[in-house]
Amino acid sequence: MSTVAIIALASAFVTHATAHTPTASMEPALLTTLALALGDGAQAVADGHVADAAHAVHATSGYADVGPLHFVKAVANTDFAWLKWMLLAPLVSVILCGAMAMFKVKGRLPALFTVATFGLSTAMAIALYFQFGPTLFATHAPLTVPFMDWLSLTWGPGPFQSFTANLGFYIDGISMLWMLFVTVLATLIALYASEYMESDLKAGYARFFFAVSLFVTSMLILVMSDNLVGLYLGWEGVGLCSYMLIGYYATQPGATAAAKKAFIMNRIGDLGLALAIFLIWTNYGTVQYDSLFQAIAGSTSEAVQGGWSKAAIPFLLLLAVCGKSAQGPLFTWLPDAMWGPTPVSALIHAATMVTAGIYLLARMAPFYTVQAIGPEWAETALLTVGWIGCFTAFIGATIACGQFDYKRVFAYSTISSLGYMVMGLGVGTAFGGVYYVFTHAWFKALLFLTAGAVMHGMAGQVDFRKLGGLLRVPGFRLTMICMLLGCLWLATAPFSAAAESKDIILLTALTSNVQQVQWMGWIGVLTAGITAYYAFRVWFRLALGPVKIEPGADQHADHGHDDHAGHADHAHSGADAHAGHGAAHGGGFHPHAPGFRISLVLTLLAIGSVLAGLPSYLAHSQGFNWIQRFVQNSSAWMRAGNSEEHGQILGRDAHSTLFVIATSVVVAGFLLAWILHAKNRALGDRLRASMLNTTGLKWIPLGSEHGWYVDQFYNAIIGVPAWLGAQLLAFTDRFVIDGVIVAAIGRFPGFVARVFQPLYTGTVQSYALTMAGGIGLIVAWVVWVWLSGGAS
Amino acid sequence: MITLASMGSVAPMTPAMPANIQVTLALAIILFAIGLVGFLTRRNMILMFLSTELMFQAAALAFVAFGRMWMDLSGQLMVIFILTVAAAEAALALGLVVLLYRRKETLSSEAWAELKE
Repeated sequence: MSTVAIIALASAFVTHATAHTPTASMEPALLTTLALALGDGAQAVADGHVADAAHAVHATSGYADVGPLHFVKAVANTDFAWLKWMLLAPLVSVILCGAMAMFKVKGRLPALFTVATFGLSTAMAIALYFQFGPTLFATHAPLTVPFMDWLSLTWGPGPFQSFTANLGFYIDGISMLWMLFVTVLATLIALYASEYMESDLKAGYARFFFAVSLFVTSMLILVMSDNLVGLYLGWEGVGLCSYMLIGYYATQPGATAAAKKAFIMNRIGDLGLALAIFLIWTNYGTVQYDSLFQAIAGSTSEAVQGGWSKAAIPFLLLLAVCGKSAQGPLFTWLPDAMWGPTPVSALIHAATMVTAGIYLLARMAPFYTVQAIGPEWAETALLTVGWIGCFTAFIGATIACGQFDYKRVFAYSTISSLGYMVMGLGVGTAFGGVYYVFTHAWFKALLFLTAGAVMHGMAGQVDFRKLGGLLRVPGFRLTMICMLLGCLWLATAPFSAAAESKDIILLTALTSNVQQVQWMGWIGVLTAGITAYYAFRVWFRLALGPVKIEPGADQHADHGHDDHAGHADHAHSGADAHAGHGAAHGGGFHPHAPGFRISLVLTLLAIGSVLAGLPSYLAHSQGFNWIQRFVQNSSAWMRAGNSEEHGQILGRDAHSTLFVIATSVVVAGFLLAWILHAKNRALGDRLRASMLNTTGLKWIPLGSEHGWYVDQFYNAIIGVPAWLGAQLLAFTDRFVIDGVIVAAIGRFPGFVARVFQPLYTGTVQSYALTMAGGIGLIVAWVVWVWLSGGAS
Repeated sequence: MITLASMGSVAPMTPAMPANIQVTLALAIILFAIGLVGFLTRRNMILMFLSTELMFQAAALAFVAFGRMWMDLSGQLMVIFILTVAAAEAALALGLVVLLYRRKETLSSEAWAELKE
C-alpha cells in the first residue's frame, strides 16, 4: 500500500510541477506548494486566481471528469439460463479429472475430458455472442441471468440492512469478450498440453488437467459473476490454481518456492480486493454491479460523500490489479511462474489469470470517476493507474533485455505488455487497453507455446545462447516461423494487430491535454523500441546463425546425471519421447520435433494472432471496430468521453505522427537487435563484455539480468527483517516462554511438594493418627459448640 | 424411608428408649476406640486389618442403634451393606497382604515405608 501512496504523492507532485505557467511569479509558486501540501488543485493558484479547488482540476484536464456517465440498466432474461452449463461443463471435467487423479488412473482420458468440456464452453460462448450480441449492441443493456442462490441475508428493512451475493451472471461487452477469448485459448492450450504433458502420463497427467479445468472454471466465474463476491470467488480460485500449476513439479524446490511466491504476492493484492469490496459495501450497501453502477451514475461530483472510505476504493482495487496482473511493486512473481509447465505459462500469461486484473480495472472503471470519488481523487487515482502501468511497462522491458532464458524474456514481456494495458486504462482509453488484452492474448499464447515446443524438443534447454540456427533444423521451421510472427507482434511491427491496439493507447496518451499523461505516452514509445530489441534478440539468436544445439538437462536424466537443478520442465524426462535418443549423449542428440497437435495449435494461434488485427483493419471500411463495440457496451465505457479525442502530437496530425514515430522506434530496436544478434554476434558479445568491464556501465547488464535486484531488495527489506524477527521470536519461545514461564509453572508444584514432603513418613500409622487427630478436632469442636450452645 | 409402621406389621412407636441407645452407642464408641488404638499401635498388617474390621463393626452397631431409635429399617439395611462390603474387602485385603508378604517376606507395614516417595 505504501508504494501506491508514494506513487500517488509523486503524481500529485508532478501535477503541481507541470502546472506552472512561465508568467507565474515566485509568490504564486510558493502558494502552489502550499496548496499542494493542502491537497488542493495546483493550477488554480498558479493561474493567479484562487478558485474552488474542485473546479481547478476540471478546468486543467477534463481528463478525470468526462461528464455524465453512460449507464443502462441491465435486463434480466431467463432465456439464457443455459449459460450455467458454460460454467458447469469445465466443472464436470474438474470432478472427473480430480477423481482420476485421486484414484491414480493412467491414460489420456483427462485431456480428452478437458479439451471436450472447454470446447463445449467455447461453443456456448460463441452461441452467446450470436444470440445476445446484436441485442446488446442495439440496446446497450447488459444481461443478467440468475443461476443459484448463494448469500442472501436480511436483517432489517433499511437500505444497508441486507446483503445479496447470489451466483448470477452479468453479461455485458467485456465479460462476453473475456468469455470468448478465455474459452477459445483455453481449448487450444489444453489441446497443446495433451501432447506436451504426455511425458507425465504416468505421474501427474490427471492432476494437471484437474488444475487446468479448475483454473478455467474459476476464470469463467470471475468474468461472468454479477457481483463482486462472485468475482472474488473466481479471483481466489485462479490464484489457487496458479499455485497448484506453478508448483506442478513439486519435487523441485525451485518450483514449490515459485508457487509460494506467486501465491503470497497474489495474497497482497487479494487483500486490496477484499478491503475494496468491504468499503464498497459500506458506502453503497450493495455488491451487485448493476445497482452499484446505477448508484454511481446517479450521483454527481458535488454530492460525493464518504471521504477517504470512498477515495480508497480505486487504490485498493489497483493494489488487487498489481497482484493479479503482475504490476508495479508486485510483479516479481510472474517470471518465477515459469517453473510451471509451458502450457501453464501460456494459460497464465496470455489468456486467463493476468488478464483478470485488466478485467477488474475495466469492470470497475466507474469507480475512477468524479461521480464516485470526487474530482481531486479521480484524477489522482487515474494518474496512479497510468504511472504504475507505464513504470511497469518500462521496467519489464528493460529487464527482458538482460535475460538469457527465452521463456523468462517472454515472461518479462508479459509484465511489460500488461503495463501497457493498465496504462491504457489509466490514460483513459478502456478500448485501447481491452483491445491490447485481446491481441496480446493471441500472440503471447503463441510465443509461449513456440517456446514450449523448442524446450520440449531440446530436452528442456532454455538458454538461447546454447541454441541457434533452429530455422534450419528439420521439424522446427513451423515453430520458428510462428515465433517470428509472435516476435513481430510483440515488437508491435507496423500494421500488426498488436500495433493497431497499442497505438490506441499511445495515441490517447500523447494527445492528452494533461502533461503527465503525455510523458507516459513518450515512455510508452521508448518502451516499444526496447520491446522490438529484446523480442528480436531472442528470435535472431534462436533461429538464425549456424546450427547449434546443446540439449538441456532432461536427457542427462536418462543417464542418471540428474545434477542439473535448472529449469522447470526438466522434470518431464524419464521414459518419455526422449528416451529413444537418450543414449546419444552430447553430439548425437536428435531434437524431438513437435508433433501434429502442437503444430496444429501453433498454426491456429498464428492465424488468430493475425486475425486479431482484423477489427482494426475493418474499422476503416465498416465504420466501427468489433472490439470497440464490446467495450462501448460495458461498464468500462461509462467514463467514455474524451478517450477518442484526436488532438495533435508535436503540433502535427496525431495519427500520422504517431505512426512515423512508433514505426521508426520499432525499426530502430529491430535494427539494433539485428546488428548485435544476427549480423555480428561477436560485436554484441563484445559490447556486453566491455560494459561489464566498465565500472560506470556495469550496472546496466548486471541489473537487467537480475531484474534490477527487486527480489533482493524485497528480501532485504522484508525477508531479512522477517527472518530476524523469527529468530527473535524463536529465542523468546525457547528461552523465555519455555525456559522461564512454562518451566516455572511446571516446577512450582514440585517445589511446594518438597516443602511438605518430610511430613510423609511412609508409616501407615502416622497417616491414621493424622486422620484420627482430625476427627478428634472435629469432635472437640462439635462438643464445644454443643456445650456453649447448650449453655445458652 | 422404610418404616415398620409403613409395612403395617408393627404399630407405630415413638422414638424412645434413651437408656438402651446410650448403652449401645457407648459400646460402639468403645469398639471403635479399641480398633483405632489397635490400628495405630500395631505394625503387623493382619492385625491392622483386624482393627479396621473392628472399627467397621462399631459403625455398624451405631447404625443399628440409631435405626432402633427412629424405628427405621434403613439402619439395619445399611448394616447388611456394610457386612457385604466388609466381606468383599476382607477377601481383597487379605489377598493384598499375602502378595505384600511374598514380596518382602515380612508382615510389617514399615517394610513399605519407601512408598512415601
